[in-house]
Amino acid sequence: MIPGPFAYHRPASLQDAVGLLSELGEDARPLAGGHSLIPMMKLRLASPAHLIDLAGIAGLKGLREDGGEIVIGATTTQQELVTSDLVAGKLPILRETSLTIADPQVRYLGTLGGNVANGDPGNDMPAVMLALDATYEIAGKSGTRRLAARAFYQSAYVTALAPGEILTAVRIKVPPAGHGYAYEKLKRKVGDYATAAAAVVLTIGGGKVASCAIGLTNLAETPLYAEEASRIIAGSALDDATVRKAVAAAEAITAPASDGRGPAHYRTKMAGVMLARALARAKARAA
Amino acid sequence: MAKTQIALTVNGRREEALVEPRTLLVHFLREQLNLTGAHIGCDTSHCGACTVDLDGKSVKSCTVFAVQANGAEIRTIEGMANPDGTLHALQEGFREMHGLQCGFCTPGMIMRAHRLLQENPSPTEEEIRFGIAGNLCRCTGYQNIVKAIQYAAARLAGTPFQEAAE
Repeated sequence: MIPGPFAYHRPASLQDAVGLLSELGEDARPLAGGHSLIPMMKLRLASPAHLIDLAGIAGLKGLREDGGEIVIGATTTQQELVTSDLVAGKLPILRETSLTIADPQVRYLGTLGGNVANGDPGNDMPAVMLALDATYEIAGKSGTRRLAARAFYQSAYVTALAPGEILTAVRIKVPPAGHGYAYEKLKRKVGDYATAAAAVVLTIGGGKVASCAIGLTNLAETPLYAEEASRIIAGSALDDATVRKAVAAAEAITAPASDGRGPAHYRTKMAGVMLARALARAKARAA
Repeated sequence: MAKTQIALTVNGRREEALVEPRTLLVHFLREQLNLTGAHIGCDTSHCGACTVDLDGKSVKSCTVFAVQANGAEIRTIEGMANPDGTLHALQEGFREMHGLQCGFCTPGMIMRAHRLLQENPSPTEEEIRFGIAGNLCRCTGYQNIVKAIQYAAARLAGTPFQEAAE
């Protein structure tokens, strides 16, 4: 399969990339790892006339700690997340999630920025970003802005990114040492998108949950922040009755498609199962 | 569409070429450089038969444009044998352990296993299976592929290969 013809641009600065994107308008697409876009182009489901390769922009790559936050450049690859000591030490849920994405070859090239900005409800990182209450840095021709991940997703492949804007980095507040976390993903095979998946980040103090945030993957047109379920867990001792209530609250906000991964009601139930497992694992890990 | 000039190193050889931006790396390798070892299997980034090593990463060359590889260092199965023509330990392992039947997936398997062993010279069986999860084989059931990689890991470490009891 051969994609349609396009002109290739490789700007050396973010400013040039943003300039090109706004000048070329809807005919242009940014290219990061390419592992969503290139398959779409090969199937001719996307035929951009211009590709703007972000690989030449050094400032978009890499991880650093900035005050109490970890800042991850948009073109940082999944493999770089998997092998990062900073991630392993302070944001282990990112490593756990990356390892469930696709396969080794795809993780060498697929980027965090692409995963969160594409707006594909099947992508795994967005739900984790919702659970971590991450902030996205966005650059456009008229400057930069920051937006909460929880305000970013509007519909399938529709996000708060305006034409000409590029997501440049993800900022995540470092969760307290000893926090519990888990990403539970049900998939049919290696490389598959989730039938259902749940991300949990929580802290426990004095035998009770001090804080809890839950995100869900591939269970609606957008990733879901399960606010009500999170609230039910917070303050509890994670006893069975509370978990059952939270699972019911999470299941209630899902609206999955019936597809090759199963009928909608099955996927909703699997969302509950993934959440219960993620809560149990997060609890076991919390200090 | 205007062609773009690229320069890259493939199996230690400097190559310069004009390519259309839409030319995929696997087509460039196979059709312009006549390196037909990287196979086109699924053509949808799943099967891994097109795997090559690009700047120290295993990549599926059906999902990379040749222009993205401008300046890169690439190694394909054609560059794996030792300079004296003898087989690389992985190639030898696949032969000795019967790690192939039809052979279609083998170039991709070997290139992926090569990078895996670079990063983790003595992987466990589980690490090998996780590490080759992006490469599909429809013949062997993977048992002998795993053994072939264990064989190569032992050879490269200079230790005798001990086949695990079944």
